[in-house]
Amino acid sequence: MYKFLLLVFVFCYINVNAQEQAMQLVQKVKAKLDVVNDYTAEGKMRTDVTFIKAPVGKVKVYYKKPNKFRLERNGGISILPKGGISINISSMIVVNGYMALDAGTAVVGTTNTRVIKLLPNAENSDIILSTLYIDEANLVIRKSVTTTRENGTYEMEMFYGKFISYGLPDKVIFSFNTKDYKLPKGVTLELDDVDQATKEKMKGKKGKVEIIYANYAINSGLAESIFK
Amino acid sequence: MEIVKVEALTKKFDQLTAVNQLSFSVLSGDVYGFLGQNGAGKSTTIRMLLTLITPTAGEIQIFGLSLLKHRKEILQQIGAVIEKPDVYKYLSAYENLTLFAKLSGIQPTRTMIMEQLEIVGLAHRANDTVKTFSQGMKQRLGIAIALVHNPQLIILDEPTNGLDPQGIADIRNLILNLSKQYKKTVIVSSHLLSEIEQIASRILIIDKGRKLVEDHAASLFDPSKTIIELDTNNNEAAYNILSNSNWGNTLQPIRNGQIILQLNKLDIPLFNQYLVSKDIAVYSLQPRHSLEDYFLQITAGKQHVEAFTN
Amino acid sequence: MWKHLQIELYKIFHRPRTYLAFAAITALIGVIQLGLKVDGKEYTEFVMADFAGSFSVDGKILNGYFICYVILQLLLVHVPLLIALIAADMISGEANMGTLRLLLTKPQSRTEILLAKFFASVIYTILLLIWIAIMGLFLSMAIFGTDDLFIMKSSYVVVVKSSDVFWRYCGAFCFAALAMTTVAALGFFLSFFAENSIGPIVATMSVIIVCTILSTMNIPLFNLIKPYLFTSHMVTWKEFFDFKVNDANEAIIGSIQYPEKIIKSAIVLVLHIIGFVAGGIWYFKKKDVLS
Repeated sequence: MYKFLLLVFVFCYINVNAQEQAMQLVQKVKAKLDVVNDYTAEGKMRTDVTFIKAPVGKVKVYYKKPNKFRLERNGGISILPKGGISINISSMIVVNGYMALDAGTAVVGTTNTRVIKLLPNAENSDIILSTLYIDEANLVIRKSVTTTRENGTYEMEMFYGKFISYGLPDKVIFSFNTKDYKLPKGVTLELDDVDQATKEKMKGKKGKVEIIYANYAINSGLAESIFK
Repeated sequence: MEIVKVEALTKKFDQLTAVNQLSFSVLSGDVYGFLGQNGAGKSTTIRMLLTLITPTAGEIQIFGLSLLKHRKEILQQIGAVIEKPDVYKYLSAYENLTLFAKLSGIQPTRTMIMEQLEIVGLAHRANDTVKTFSQGMKQRLGIAIALVHNPQLIILDEPTNGLDPQGIADIRNLILNLSKQYKKTVIVSSHLLSEIEQIASRILIIDKGRKLVEDHAASLFDPSKTIIELDTNNNEAAYNILSNSNWGNTLQPIRNGQIILQLNKLDIPLFNQYLVSKDIAVYSLQPRHSLEDYFLQITAGKQHVEAFTN
Repeated sequence: MWKHLQIELYKIFHRPRTYLAFAAITALIGVIQLGLKVDGKEYTEFVMADFAGSFSVDGKILNGYFICYVILQLLLVHVPLLIALIAADMISGEANMGTLRLLLTKPQSRTEILLAKFFASVIYTILLLIWIAIMGLFLSMAIFGTDDLFIMKSSYVVVVKSSDVFWRYCGAFCFAALAMTTVAALGFFLSFFAENSIGPIVATMSVIIVCTILSTMNIPLFNLIKPYLFTSHMVTWKEFFDFKVNDANEAIIGSIQYPEKIIKSAIVLVLHIIGFVAGGIWYFKKKDVLS
């Protein structure tokens, strides 16, 4: 009985301790990101959805603390998954009131990461669960998996380069589940159907949006009007 | 010189033989009258001369060349109006004439076109669209189109169809002019003997696709065999008197009160005197020039008028 | 032949009916442009209703290239009627007017005359398409500007980079010219068999409507004959607006997804054109002209 009580105590201690550590880690990452008040970045966006054929387009993104984000096409037409997913890191963690749980470690690419699960406290929050893979050495998020109420689960993978000190990635790959889509032939007047192999290829694959940032202009004092 | 030589020309449409073993020749300078009732095969023959219809059998030579082998060269020297003078109604007379001149292989100048329009009396309407033209004007334009490339042979199929008396007279004069002044060879088809008689130098009469007569007009219209229509104050009495006289052997049975008989032109005054002596007042003695009458002499009506030809 | 072709063109362009087709196209395109200018947003929302549930499309969808695509899609179904108005009238109209017999007594071979007439109707068809290009493409570009071309296909969405669009339109218009020439050849062929224009015009449209229905219906019996119907190949101009992607699903600029489809369709259409014209000439050379 004594032994059992000791085991429970140790377990609870470790657990509370781990939770605190997780919270601290997230706070550290957040603090690192907080250095950036705003940024502007130019980049190239590539949409990889089986039933979307689109060329690589130029984009410009604007960010301002705490959670203002805008993606602007630099000419051309861009297709993004619906749901107002802002392809930026702050959107993943800058939510007030959450519980952080340590879920062990994992390797993302070649980097060892700590897996932290964030559970929002608010009951009506769109995000149900967010899993962050944090590179403890550099205090940056390498990957995140977010489950939302309205827009399913999506995944973001970040690759860092010269802006790692600001916690800003050089490349972001945003992955999401796609639903099959079909238009009646009458609308398109397409008499020839696509072949079976192409059809199969289009089924059940994840969609991806990839942005490669060429440069960042950090803390240049962006006007609020840009986000209106 | 033979301009057109047709030998044993035959055209069959399924069961119908429209032209049957027809042979004739047109000589240089002829105004060649081509006579026949409606459906006799005139148009089919003319269309074969113009390569619109392919003969079932027979041979056509024009300008000494086989039509089958030298179509292009031959057609360059032919001008034609076939039945109705149909042209492009949305174009002007000038434009129509220019267009067909080019199709005939010549590069017309404005002077050339205006000259042609002058000949047919349409110069003042040169720039009006054809849809505003009367039938007679269209017919004259059709003739201008046939003449514009200065062809040696002119073929006119029923050129006076639908024309008023003035129009008919104009066309007749035009044909005579073409023959006399411009030395053209002309083939004119018609179902009206009176029309052909006045202009043709040689005549071909066909019926049911076969040749009936081909001869010089002068021989065909023998003045000694003039058919006369008589009108008097009492036609029945006159008929009875004539039946019992020497004049009666060419008398046709009275029909609809009309008295018809054949006379030598020189005997007409004597004939008139005879009737007057029998108290018959003569209102008119008119020579008849209907093809029907002529056919009566040589075809179906033979039993009635056998005496005419004897 | 050249001289005769000039004469045929002269005749075509002196007829009010010819300009009716150009006026109809101007009006149709004008109406589409006006409609899309005023209510284009609603139209794109309607077209993308299904797609917009999952994706947000950002950018100037309603640009000149897109408008032209809509115009071509709508118009190329109706242009055959305008082409039939002229092509199906080429012989029958002359027979009806009575000018055919006069024309055929001129020192030209029937083949020469008929080929000149056919080529004249082809030139008319091409001019009509050039007019569609001027009104539908260039005017739309002027009114709506240019941007990437966003196309909803039956199974996928294509976004063609604006710098990659123009040559595709050149190709599409050339192909449309071939497709419409086939219609002209059909109308021309049918015009040999009548002495009034209405019959061949109606017959041409009927053949196109029936064959289009057969091409569209997905019934196994019809599927067998579909590859041989010219109507199945008339819409292949759309293939110019689909490109290949690399392994990363990235558009390969300047490529065409199924170039072999375009080649195959072009061959089928050319064979139809040759068939219709040669068949018509063969028939007409033997025909007695009784009109």
